[in-house]
Amino acid sequence: MSNTPTGEIYRIDWLPGTDVLHGTCHCGREHTAQDPIEMWEWMLAHPQGHEPRGNSS
Amino acid sequence: MPHTTAFARNQWYVAAYSHEVEREELLGRTILGEPLVFYRTEEDGTPVALADRCVHRRYPLHEKPSRLDGDRLVCGYHGFTYDTSGTCVYVPGQKRVPRTARVASYPIVEQDSLIWVWIGDPALADAGTIPRARHLDSPGWVTVRGMEPIDADYGLLVDNLLDLSHETYLHGGYIGTPEVAETPITTEVDEGAGIVRVSRHMDDAECPPFYARSTGISGRITRWQDIEYHAPCLYLLHSRVAPVGVVPEADGSDPGGFHTEVTYAITPSEDGKVYDFWAVSRDWATDDAEVTEFLRSNNHTVVMQDVDALNLLQKTLGSERTGYQELSINIDTGGLAARRILARLVEEGDKPVEKVL
Repeated sequence: MSNTPTGEIYRIDWLPGTDVLHGTCHCGREHTAQDPIEMWEWMLAHPQGHEPRGNSS
Repeated sequence: MPHTTAFARNQWYVAAYSHEVEREELLGRTILGEPLVFYRTEEDGTPVALADRCVHRRYPLHEKPSRLDGDRLVCGYHGFTYDTSGTCVYVPGQKRVPRTARVASYPIVEQDSLIWVWIGDPALADAGTIPRARHLDSPGWVTVRGMEPIDADYGLLVDNLLDLSHETYLHGGYIGTPEVAETPITTEVDEGAGIVRVSRHMDDAECPPFYARSTGISGRITRWQDIEYHAPCLYLLHSRVAPVGVVPEADGSDPGGFHTEVTYAITPSEDGKVYDFWAVSRDWATDDAEVTEFLRSNNHTVVMQDVDALNLLQKTLGSERTGYQELSINIDTGGLAARRILARLVEEGDKPVEKVL
């Protein structure tokens, strides 16, 4: 499968020297967790709890 | 109960390497549970994929004494004869060929020395969506390759390839060193394109024999592994090794780095069976036959270590009680992403297509 990228990119960085995962949703919202399943649950809940930065939240 | 991952239909899959599809021998492969026969036309060598069961008594068309007669495929049992579209054009002993006498033909594309076949609704097949692996068929690149059938669910092979920390343990002494499992990864998912990227950059690592003996680097290395998984079938590992501290130049050139492209095609065959196509391509030491042979035999050994482990894992999972638990940790971030993308593709492939009236 190689469809046109939509720019909808999810990114998870495992922070060096720690057990911490740092996630960035395609909307720009960030989240940290120590469990990849919890992290993906947060990512995929978008837009729930993912108000883009700059909004009054 | 056997461990299985549902198949994603309406997708392109690698069915064979180009060199495996020929006129001398008919090739039979089962893909997503569909038995197919492959051959090439006489004049221009275009590859053809048809359903591998004669409409008459279901004889496998790729089995001898079935044979080609020009571009037509003659069943070796009673002589039912099919053209390249799968239409039966001859039956023995009578002039009238029943209208229903045809086998399915499959959309097929030959690209980058791979034979891709579309499994699903032929009307949806778009060759433009097939991901590229140009290094497999480009001047200046040398490739060693093979294919191993594994008696394991294709999802287990996806899991295996998306998490390379297993190299340290399963492939120690070949491609694994302690740093692989110890180094954190970055995972990126391009949702629309269905691509999972997993990167692991090791700044100062032991050089595994696979690279030490082939590149001639002695001492520690900078080792980068950048995975690009185009779900469901194509997996690319962009590998870069260089003496420790040697990084690409500011202008992007990289005279001090050794670039190796490791390609896998993960093609589900039947429930609990997968074809593991593997290839290692390099643009360095391309004239060195000894390096070629070393990479071929060494990588084959590595692949067989995976084959043995996955065969065992499939058997083991098959004997587990329903509802068994597994545990995921940080190393699994990419594998979990791939599972989720596959689940979405399975769901999309199962949806009835809306017809435009």
